[in-house]
Amino acid sequence: MSNTVNVRIPTVLRPMAGGNSSVELAGETVGDVVSALVGVYPGLQENLVDDNGSVRKFVNVYVNDEDIRFLDKLDTTVADGDEVAILPAVAGG
Amino acid sequence: MPVVDSVLDLIGNTPVVDVSHLSPNPKVRILAKLESQNPAGSVKDRIAKAMIEAAEADGTLQPGSVLLEPSSGNTGIALAMICRLRGYHLKIVLPENVTSERRQMLEAYGAEIIPSPAAEGSNGAVRLAQRLSIEHPDWVFLYQYGNEANPTAHLTGTGPEILADVPDITHFVAGLGTSGTLMGVGAYMADHAPHVKMYAVEPPSGEHVEGLRSLDDGYVPPVFEKWGGIDALHGKRIVRPADSLTWTRRLVNEAGIFAGISSGAAMAGAAKLAERLDEGVIVFIVCDGGWKYLSTGAYTDDLETVIDSIEDVVYF
Repeated sequence: MSNTVNVRIPTVLRPMAGGNSSVELAGETVGDVVSALVGVYPGLQENLVDDNGSVRKFVNVYVNDEDIRFLDKLDTTVADGDEVAILPAVAGG
Repeated sequence: MPVVDSVLDLIGNTPVVDVSHLSPNPKVRILAKLESQNPAGSVKDRIAKAMIEAAEADGTLQPGSVLLEPSSGNTGIALAMICRLRGYHLKIVLPENVTSERRQMLEAYGAEIIPSPAAEGSNGAVRLAQRLSIEHPDWVFLYQYGNEANPTAHLTGTGPEILADVPDITHFVAGLGTSGTLMGVGAYMADHAPHVKMYAVEPPSGEHVEGLRSLDDGYVPPVFEKWGGIDALHGKRIVRPADSLTWTRRLVNEAGIFAGISSGAAMAGAAKLAERLDEGVIVFIVCDGGWKYLSTGAYTDDLETVIDSIEDVVYF
């Protein structure tokens, strides 16, 4: 049984995601959800994942606002109703 | 208190206030370190002073030098205060979507403002400053995002102050901008109190930034990469405008701390962390006061209205 999550798409990627600001997708892990996302919108592939299958350096992915680099990265499990956010890294200061 | 020769002597040694009555967990204390007490009003006074003194010491800065720096506000304001006192000419690349108070403070201290497009946010200001520094090699580019004096100011100042004042600290929470505060304090704790865990909070700024051609225009500060980066942190979370503003108001209303919006975000992060701990002592950074955000209505206007409007303002 996979779980349905809401994926938030940042403005910069919306043109590659049919103009959507969020998409509902199913999966058991963040990796499943990202695969499902690029399955629907193949143009996102090179923006999100590098050649080694890791999340790209300038991309931050969050489950319920926690950065997955501090969880189990793409193996982080998701529950029904979780929110997955994708954001470009931004400077501050 | 001793009489000092210059406001620059008042930078650092900031006070810590116990706000544990705001903690959602009675076994977790929460303490606020008031960097807003620095003379130009923010934590950035520390790094501005450190970067300028380092550049003076190595001869990069000479009398009459012109400096260039990208800043969403606080670093620029701190540099402007010091440049005015030292007679340097300062140019700040400032995103157009910062509050008017930030712009006015820069002007009050005599800085020249070079606007960068709002749609590109802070990353756009960094890019424009990098380009200008190549076109004008005679301008001194301190570049806070890659300047060793930035984290070093926290390694030698903020970190020791915290451990001296709060010897039983278990967790540290601060906003992630240049990463200087977290990397510098983290390096100090790694040597002197290695059990202390470091947590970063950040706004969802990247969500609405439009001026990026792709995510490769994203930005990771060299300071972050050089000083341990992800490995130096134990957690990082987004704090959204609703939580940031709610906690900013609670700090004012329930603790009398008139703090900026990113400090509310840090308090929100501390509260979230407290919920998950059995016990502990969290220190978080109040990086500036509320003065520069009054025009946003953050403290007094209808909360829902401000939550919507603040999304387009750079407040970290």
